[in-house]
Amino acid sequence: MPDIDIVTPIHPAPALPLRARLAPLLMPHRLVMAALALAALAAIVTQMNWSWLPVYLPKIGHGLLVTLVLLGSSVAAGFALALPLGAVQVTGPAPLRWLANGFCTVIRGTPLLLQLWLIYYGLGALFAQYPEIRASWLWPYLRQAWPYGFLTLTLSFAAYQGEIMRGAFAGVPRGELEAARAFGMPRLMVFRRVWFPRAVHRALPTLAGEIILQLKATPLVATITVTDLYAVITRVRQDTFLTYEPLLLLIAIYLCLSGTLTIVLRWLEGRVPSGH
Amino acid sequence: MNDATPAVEIRDLHKRFGRLEVLKGISLTARPGDVVAVIGGSGSGKSTMLRCINMLETPTAGDIAIHGEDYKMRATRDGGLEPADRKQLQRIRAQLGMVFQSFNLWPHRTVLGNVIEVPVQVMGLPRDEAVARARQVLDRVGLAAKEDAYPSQMSGGQQQRCAIARVLAVEPLAMLFDEPTSALDPELVGEVLNVIRDLASEKRTMILVTHEMGFARDVASHVVYLKDGRIEEQGPPEQIFGDPRSPHLQQFIRSIA
Ligand SMILES: Nc1ncnc2c1ncn2[C@@H]1O[C@H](COP(=O)(O)OP(=O)(O)OP(=O)(O)O)[C@@H](O)[C@H]1O
Ligand SMILES: [Mg+2]
Repeated sequence: MPDIDIVTPIHPAPALPLRARLAPLLMPHRLVMAALALAALAAIVTQMNWSWLPVYLPKIGHGLLVTLVLLGSSVAAGFALALPLGAVQVTGPAPLRWLANGFCTVIRGTPLLLQLWLIYYGLGALFAQYPEIRASWLWPYLRQAWPYGFLTLTLSFAAYQGEIMRGAFAGVPRGELEAARAFGMPRLMVFRRVWFPRAVHRALPTLAGEIILQLKATPLVATITVTDLYAVITRVRQDTFLTYEPLLLLIAIYLCLSGTLTIVLRWLEGRVPSGH
Repeated sequence: MNDATPAVEIRDLHKRFGRLEVLKGISLTARPGDVVAVIGGSGSGKSTMLRCINMLETPTAGDIAIHGEDYKMRATRDGGLEPADRKQLQRIRAQLGMVFQSFNLWPHRTVLGNVIEVPVQVMGLPRDEAVARARQVLDRVGLAAKEDAYPSQMSGGQQQRCAIARVLAVEPLAMLFDEPTSALDPELVGEVLNVIRDLASEKRTMILVTHEMGFARDVASHVVYLKDGRIEEQGPPEQIFGDPRSPHLQQFIRSIA
């Protein structure tokens, strides 16, 4: 894996006078583009039918919440799984290495939709066959769809991120680990104090992109009856017979989400010190 | 143990990498206060010998004792040796400080963080005590003002001095240097050599692999010339540099000068 540039400090642009800063925006082609964008926005607001929006707003809010919770929880759980998946592939005993490698290859090599259906219909049916499970406190949850959506998304994120962590673990310069060993650190301490934090820092720059990919994967759960944002919008389209308006809103929301994620993660990245 | 106990004692050390025998029976003793300079051509086995002392490389045969304590070793299936007692290995390693050619600082920690890491984590020193000690040693190597900097924000010379401070903070029985200035820009070599010279004059035990012959001549109490995995000649620096016997050493010194 190439050495990733982890912190390139972003120097604040020197303060220019306001007119100089505005100048590039006032070039003719930019002005034309801005005018077009404004016109499009005006048309969208005035020419299209948005009367349904207030009625469905609470449902859309709920769908957004479901999407965000699914995203956050599957990213967190997937990342936690990715750490051992990556570490084991670099340093583990052969059987574990093969297992982790096989897992990542299979998950990354097959459609997420397929995994989702296999887990939902397959596992769901399997669980239903065991009276012990049906009798347990878990059953009210296992009867719902979201645990299967969460599980599938988690495994998927773990596999992609696990592959990245494998590279990140392998890419930590040997000398840094050797120094730790030379000072008498036990193996676990070398891992905890040097190898692990260094690998996580190396993996951070790609994390934003992976989370956005995960965000874009969440609508698939609508196919197993989880009412995420996408499912709500689909519902709106069926109810109102409108084609474009709900979809435009959906695009706008996803864009806002990925934009926010990018900004937050870039800020986080800048706060993490590291070397080259 | 008294003062006559060697800080480092190597007896008939052999090391092979596969079919390549790199060390062919090396015996070497460093008493407390000795500054042993190891010189020799590229590939003669200097680094390998040094790395055997703290078991970063495991010998194929031979014994190594640190302050009179032999590493406990056991035979491996492929006819080599491996450390048999992990606890002992870690305890001995914590008493040997190594300075690497490529510094090998921990880039995710500040200068201070690098220096207190081993005292706090390995030796179990309370943090404030470790910090106080770290500030002392950072002052010694001229980095007092840099304690909050990260390694990537410093020059090579500063990084290597930080690496030396990291070693000083563990108050080692012996310090091992593997070409500490070879990765440095020429104008930064002096600042690092000066720090090492200071330490040598304090009678700290050191084993120093170096290509800086003038420096070796200045600071070493004993010089060892390695050739093809054997000690071809050793003695006080005046003899090694002033009156070398072996033709190889004569040629080596001429080629460097
Ligand atoms: N891990 C290894 N695996 C295989 N061969 C090795 C290994 N480490 C060193 N060698 C070989 O052992 C020989 C001695 O290497 P060593 O690094 O000890 O030499 P050196 O005297 O330190 O040389 P230099 O002045 O270039 O640093 C070289 O031929 C080298 O290629
Ligand atoms: Mg070497």
